[in-house]
Amino acid sequence: MNRPSPATAVCVTQMPRHDPWWVRGLLISITLGFVGLLLILPLVVIFVEAFRQGWWVYLRSFRDPVAWHAIKLTLLATAIAVPINTVFGVAAAWAIAKFQFRGKSLLTTLVDLPFAVSPVVSGLVFVLMFGLNGWFGKWLADNDIRIIFAIPGIVLATIFVTVPFVARELIPLMEEQGNEEEQAALSLGASGWQTFWRVTLPSIRWGLMYGVILCVARAIGEFGAVSVVSGHIRGRTNTVPLHIEILYNEYNIVAAFAMATSLALLAVATLTLKAILEYRLDQQRAEAVRIVEVTA
Amino acid sequence: MSIEVRNITKHFGKFTALSDVSLQIEDGELVSLLGPSGSGKTTLLRVIAGLESVDPDCSGEILFHGESVAGKKASQRQVGFVFQHYAIFRHMTVFENIAFGLRVRPRKTRPSNAIIDSRVRELLRLIQLEGFGNRYPSQLSGGQRQRVALARALAIEPRVLLLDEPFGALDAKVRQGLRDWLRRLHDELHTTTILVTHDQEEALEVSDRVVVMNQARIEQVASPAELFHEPATEFVMNFLGNVNVFQGRLNAGRALVPGLAVDVSVESEEISGPANVYVRPHEWTIHRQTNVAGSLLASVARFNHAGSIAKVALLTQDSREIKIDLPLERFNELSLRLGELVCLSPTKVRVFPTPDIRPKS
Repeated sequence: MNRPSPATAVCVTQMPRHDPWWVRGLLISITLGFVGLLLILPLVVIFVEAFRQGWWVYLRSFRDPVAWHAIKLTLLATAIAVPINTVFGVAAAWAIAKFQFRGKSLLTTLVDLPFAVSPVVSGLVFVLMFGLNGWFGKWLADNDIRIIFAIPGIVLATIFVTVPFVARELIPLMEEQGNEEEQAALSLGASGWQTFWRVTLPSIRWGLMYGVILCVARAIGEFGAVSVVSGHIRGRTNTVPLHIEILYNEYNIVAAFAMATSLALLAVATLTLKAILEYRLDQQRAEAVRIVEVTA
Repeated sequence: MSIEVRNITKHFGKFTALSDVSLQIEDGELVSLLGPSGSGKTTLLRVIAGLESVDPDCSGEILFHGESVAGKKASQRQVGFVFQHYAIFRHMTVFENIAFGLRVRPRKTRPSNAIIDSRVRELLRLIQLEGFGNRYPSQLSGGQRQRVALARALAIEPRVLLLDEPFGALDAKVRQGLRDWLRRLHDELHTTTILVTHDQEEALEVSDRVVVMNQARIEQVASPAELFHEPATEFVMNFLGNVNVFQGRLNAGRALVPGLAVDVSVESEEISGPANVYVRPHEWTIHRQTNVAGSLLASVARFNHAGSIAKVALLTQDSREIKIDLPLERFNELSLRLGELVCLSPTKVRVFPTPDIRPKS
């Protein structure tokens, strides 16, 4: 092509066509082999092991009241952590993307902290703060409040490790969108509240949903931080991932893998939902571009 | 509605965006704020809209119809603001975009759905986008989006319409069309309108008056014709239209440029010293003879008559380029040849003393 057109300039991700066949073959087989060995195979193993002794044994694993309690506790922690982090994420992204203030870049970095710190360390931080010998331990014990080795600790740890998901998803999106639409809404007589519900929220809805989905997945699957603060009390402070570990350590392989299938199915569902959202976003964009090109 | 800006000052950190700016705009006028980027024109517009606050220690004020709007937020000022990049709500249809300002009104003053419906339809007709109500902004061209933004601003029946480089992001042809359309619209509605632009052609073509801004100050406020023909400052002279500049001297009411001596206006008679002498391309006479007194000798370097006027570039003997615009008839009559020597004399010059010798006032 002698004359570069805008269309080809945009397609920077297009495959170069002149690579030798063996380079392509090698790269593709490395990728597929890696994905197959480390991602697909384990998923298959989970289901194979869970159903090793048939449907009936598989289903019986879920009739255990301790398992049910673990599921309920996991859902409870998720149901508290996700809304809190959604509100926080929207607020933080809004503040970072639309205002100028001192310490803004520090805040942006701090939001990422839970990603950088090992979950076990995050769990330990809570033990050091709220545990019996921790900073607030004495006061909490005096007032008969239990956080560590109890449900509040699990919820706190879950909130901590899932802080970044929504905020991280929204900050670049909101920075890109700027605040002209909000200013337009204000100049048209809308109040701040109306501007948020009618203009800001709808324009970030896909990104927000995406962040929430990732947040839910992590909240349900969190092991490290929760493991430290939970105390592994059966039927009281065990979440699904912790319950799986206990079952496995007791050589109750089928039950462990049966519980694991619920997490695996959740992961697959999350990925599917994520793919659908991405597909919809792309479709919208492609449609927009196509129509603009036609009408321009 | 009339607008008065009194002694407004605005800083962004150490940058001065507006320095003691005052301006009076009459009811029903269409006024352009014209200037290079960073001159403060957009800031002035946003301050009037209430989207930007003035300096806390600034004692100036802004009056709408003689009444101060200092305590009023943007949402209470009833201004229609149109942004350079449209800022239309991308998740709403064209219809909902235009209806937005009516729908967000408090219940007491909110019109009924039927009234909103008919108002939006009327505006869609006004912006010539009937039948586009159900489309999304992504399905519109840039020019169409900007018309929707304008209709959205008009829907709230604004007391004043503020346009921030509304056609800046559009290509030349569309811009010209919208410019004409805006002027016709204004003649129909008579809403007081302020238009920010860095395009001098746009400002001169659509406005009743033009405010030229430079470095946070107003250089001149005048009608387009006056601005073009009687520029008050060197900046305005330079900014509007093409110019030929000569470094010369002022001496007893005469401007001296090597090979050229012209009389200038009386005001600068007492001043002597270095000065810049400006001649617009259309204010020259080309003589076929080469011995005209008080004229420059130059050779024809290039010409281009693919347009309504002929553009001729000539080189003086000291290799300075002079640009001259000629009416096509005159150009044909002269039938210049490349390299030919001719004499040039200006029909009108403007002389601005170089700043350092300007008398202190």
